[in-house]
Amino acid sequence: MGHSDSVEDGIAIEPVADRVSREGREPMQNVIGELEERRARARLGGGERRIENQHAKGKLTARERLDLLLDDGTFEEWDMFVEHRCSEFGMEDRKVPGDGVVTGWGAVNGRPVFVFSQDFTVFGGSLSDSHARKICKIMDRAMQVGAPVIGINDSGGARIQEGVDSLAGYAEVFLRNVLASGVVPQISVVMGPCAGGAVYSPAMTDFIFMVKDTSYMFVTGPDVVKTVTHEAVSHEELGGAVTHTSRSGVADLAFEHDVEALAEVRRFIGLLPASNRENPPFLETEDPADRPEASLDNLIPSNPNKPYDMKELIGKVVDEGDFFELQPSYAGNIVIGFGRMEGRTAGFVANQPMVLAGCLDIDASKKAARFVRFCDCFNIPIVTFVDVPGFLPGTAQEHGGIIKHGAKLLYAYAEATVPKVTCITRKAYGGAYDVMASKHLRGDVNYAWPSAEIAVMGSKGAVEIIFRADIGDAEKIEARTQEYRERFANPFVAAQRGFIDDVIMPRNTRRRICGALRMLRGKVLENPWKKHDNIPL
Amino acid sequence: MFNKILIANRGEIACRIIRTCKRMGIATVAVHSRADEGALHVRMADEAVLLGPPPPGRSYLRIDAVVRAVADTGAEAVHPGFGFLSENARFARAVEDAGAVFIGPPADAIAAMGDKIESKRIAQEAGVRVIPGATAETGDPDEAVGTARQIGYPVMIKAAAGGGGKGMRVAGSDEEAREGFRAARSEAESSFGDGRVFLEKFIESPRHIEIQLLADSHGNAVWLNERECSIQRRHQKVVEEAPSPVLDAGTRRAMGEQARALARAVSYRSAGTVEFVCDRNKTFYFLEMNTRLQVEHPVTEAIVGLDLVEQMIRVAAGEPLAIAQDDVAIDGWAMEARIYAEDPYRGFLPSVGRLSRYRPPAESAAVRIDSGVEEGSEVTVFYDPMIAKLIVHGEDRPAAMAAMRSALDRFQVRGVRHNIDFLAAVMRDERFAAGAVTTAFVDETWPDAFAGAPFTEREARVMGGVGLLAHLTVLARDRGISGAQDGPAAAPRRWTVWFGARRFEAEARLVEGGLDMTVDARPVAVRGPWRPGQTLFEGAVDGEAAIVQIDRRGTRWRIAHAGVTDEVAILSEKAETLLARMPGKEPADTAATVLSPMPGMIVDMLVGEGDEVEPGQALAIVDAMKMENVLRAERAGAVARVLVGKGDLVAVDQPLVEFSG
Repeated sequence: MGHSDSVEDGIAIEPVADRVSREGREPMQNVIGELEERRARARLGGGERRIENQHAKGKLTARERLDLLLDDGTFEEWDMFVEHRCSEFGMEDRKVPGDGVVTGWGAVNGRPVFVFSQDFTVFGGSLSDSHARKICKIMDRAMQVGAPVIGINDSGGARIQEGVDSLAGYAEVFLRNVLASGVVPQISVVMGPCAGGAVYSPAMTDFIFMVKDTSYMFVTGPDVVKTVTHEAVSHEELGGAVTHTSRSGVADLAFEHDVEALAEVRRFIGLLPASNRENPPFLETEDPADRPEASLDNLIPSNPNKPYDMKELIGKVVDEGDFFELQPSYAGNIVIGFGRMEGRTAGFVANQPMVLAGCLDIDASKKAARFVRFCDCFNIPIVTFVDVPGFLPGTAQEHGGIIKHGAKLLYAYAEATVPKVTCITRKAYGGAYDVMASKHLRGDVNYAWPSAEIAVMGSKGAVEIIFRADIGDAEKIEARTQEYRERFANPFVAAQRGFIDDVIMPRNTRRRICGALRMLRGKVLENPWKKHDNIPL
Repeated sequence: MFNKILIANRGEIACRIIRTCKRMGIATVAVHSRADEGALHVRMADEAVLLGPPPPGRSYLRIDAVVRAVADTGAEAVHPGFGFLSENARFARAVEDAGAVFIGPPADAIAAMGDKIESKRIAQEAGVRVIPGATAETGDPDEAVGTARQIGYPVMIKAAAGGGGKGMRVAGSDEEAREGFRAARSEAESSFGDGRVFLEKFIESPRHIEIQLLADSHGNAVWLNERECSIQRRHQKVVEEAPSPVLDAGTRRAMGEQARALARAVSYRSAGTVEFVCDRNKTFYFLEMNTRLQVEHPVTEAIVGLDLVEQMIRVAAGEPLAIAQDDVAIDGWAMEARIYAEDPYRGFLPSVGRLSRYRPPAESAAVRIDSGVEEGSEVTVFYDPMIAKLIVHGEDRPAAMAAMRSALDRFQVRGVRHNIDFLAAVMRDERFAAGAVTTAFVDETWPDAFAGAPFTEREARVMGGVGLLAHLTVLARDRGISGAQDGPAAAPRRWTVWFGARRFEAEARLVEGGLDMTVDARPVAVRGPWRPGQTLFEGAVDGEAAIVQIDRRGTRWRIAHAGVTDEVAILSEKAETLLARMPGKEPADTAATVLSPMPGMIVDMLVGEGDEVEPGQALAIVDAMKMENVLRAERAGAVARVLVGKGDLVAVDQPLVEFSG
């Protein structure tokens, strides 16, 4: 496991004296007093000086974070008195109750969640065997009761003094991340260092939120990078919040500070079911399901090459215009996120014509595929808005493996058994049409706007292939193109075959999708039994 | 009466003319460019004819194309609106030659008044008081300096063919006269195709007051009182009103009669406007005559009870005026505010894009909206960035101002930047309220960048109160989510509301019908319905009516009211305490790169790589919406890289020049 340079060693704390007298029990008030004393000591973590340092770095402490994350007074802490059992390198004299991680459960708007919050003030938040056991305990319980796990990461890495015990601890956590995947939602909030092998725990959770300037994630840090590749790079540039939300796609969202990040986690949790045994939560709304949006009738520009903002459509369709977008700065050619329809969560996937004309590429396919699979795990219906001219051409894409990566999105849509409602707004060309939750991949309700063009390719390209002989004759090509456009650049050819269930007025999109989702609430569909699938990773 | 009229214009004025035609039972023909294919005026008209590509020179300004549309559609008359071909004598003649009626004055009158040098001469002869200055065109920068010295600084350099504030420059020194001459001439050439300019004495801090005229082809002419248009920015009117707060009946009559004398001198017909400037002593001077309908005509319509477009059509059809001068009265007070797609917080730079939200206040006896857009319309770089005109009518000036303030608070525009905050700030200004304004009002009131209307305790209470109402309503609703195991927890009581860097603390709780809060030991009642998703709050704060726009931004709010727009963060006492324990971060330094503040075209790059520049030195000229904007260096430095060249189209925030170090 990696170990960052900035990790401070734990401080020595005198063991609490054994106050139980030989003659018998202490008076009750003394025992209570001792409990309070022990708790107070545990709550102080690494001590006042380290807490001040933590604040000076722009970070809250592990307990302050939980205090903001959870409803007031709902946090029940477990294993407050757990200490490490390492006796190497003088560690036997340096014990802090809790051992660098605060664990337990609490509520977010009354709904139970399990939490762990690493305490950087105690041994730099480093992971010991005991520390790992505490995390595993709440994860095991979360899976049994069916409640999300929210992990707040702020750790220097492995407890080096413990050696292989620490490594074993990581692996125990990794294993549980995997077993819990698809059973309960797992959210990582990275609020400090998270380096080396430690990154793989957040990496296996469903969502990663980060804080700008104070958090970073990397497998090898700037010092090692410099030694090996001679690249000089800062922590922030190598693995900061902006890097991971815009360049690597590792993280979902970046926030300005801890307070904002935790407020958004609360909002986010409200969108998710507690486990795969439950349906998405319901939140009362007075936004009418039949709210018309006249301006959607002219969202599609008359020039087919002119972009428009797909997010305007999503904003006008979801309840109260409230769309929780994920990964907004990464692979912007596809938009993913959650919104509510008639109070119930739906996952939205939409091609974005404003970026790369809405083409599917490697990054977009991976981004959307993982999101679709999350929705499918947790019974969240998927609404797909389609305006896709195809896959992005080029050697970078082909050599980068667009075949395998593009297949991920196709695979994810095909295997998903949750309700799938699709609406084609403009282009749905070629293989990308098939990919984007088409009827053929078990789309339940497939709508198209009158502006939809469902075809193998754009009219001009098609004509140049079909009428190759006429390529020199501009007039003929133009006439043929016109003919092809009239024949295929519309939704009705597909509708005649039943690939489109109905052609709808753009202004009624919210009403129609709400209706479809309502109708689909009772949907039952199962895939053939298998040990597990073999998605092209 | 005509059976069919073609409207040779676009946008709000085309829509406005079509409305009157419909009321009169006249069929309408719209013309449009390719950029306006789905535009409102095209859909409102009975027929529409495509003129050409988006640039006006290839569509709306093409006389041949418009005249062909007249012939093709069989329109019997043409209303030119304002701008475009409305003051083009050749166009008026071409329409008449094609056998249709031009709804406007005779071509000769247009020609005579369209030339500012000639019109001044005619006005002088007709006994109208004119501004001292040259009555001949000025040929070159040196001559400009010579003439300017003769008249005495400051001088105004004006395009002979000008209008709408284009091709006008004020000069206070020889150097400024030279630079102003060059700029005015180049703007005049690009805007009007006529580079002639002339000089006259610049009347400092005048009021701009104009007389609305209406004349028929039977020799009758009436003046319909004045409009005060002193609230201008870069010679572009922003707020207009009728009547003027300063004119007495005698002065009004004197101006009206001089205007009528000028109209008679050129055998005027149709609606027209004689513009005057009025100095500190209320001495008025002829400025120019506009031989067309004015943008601000609705304020006159409101106080005299006439539809000027209808009057123009009737006059064009040969009817005599139905009213005499004695019938003209003044009913109450009217004001107009022009809603522009421009960003007052960034030097009023034009903004383009789709109106993702456009919800004007409801029309009523007191509120009229003249607009050529609707939700989903596109504001492009090709045309004037005016989105709408908001006209209010009250029994007196305070009533009109109050109606304007509440209408502005209700006016929702998203997708493009707009000047509603600026207009609201004008309405809250004490000098404006007192009517003590001049054309220098905007520059004097906001000598530096506009930063919103004053944020007083009242705005803090209103915006904070409504923000808290929304925030607590959402939190309370969130606690009712399905799957909650314990009963609803009590909401925190103590809150901090952050408006950018300003903040206040409050104790607040939801009550039936609103929210009660205590700020600085003072109870404040926020009353009114608000439901999640609602973007307009209409209620009361402290017993006073309050209209507030509120948009949810994740866990934050964007709140706009009374000329103040802020991103508002609302933190519980706990969150506030914890936030205060952490130090703030420093903003990133981006001053090393000059970004284009607007979309447009690079007219000229004035620096090259390696050049040393001084603060304030001109770096580039960007043309947007036909206005030339000079971008200047904010600090001294050496130019490391020039990233664009002359003729390039640039997007907003596109890097133009990089400095080293």
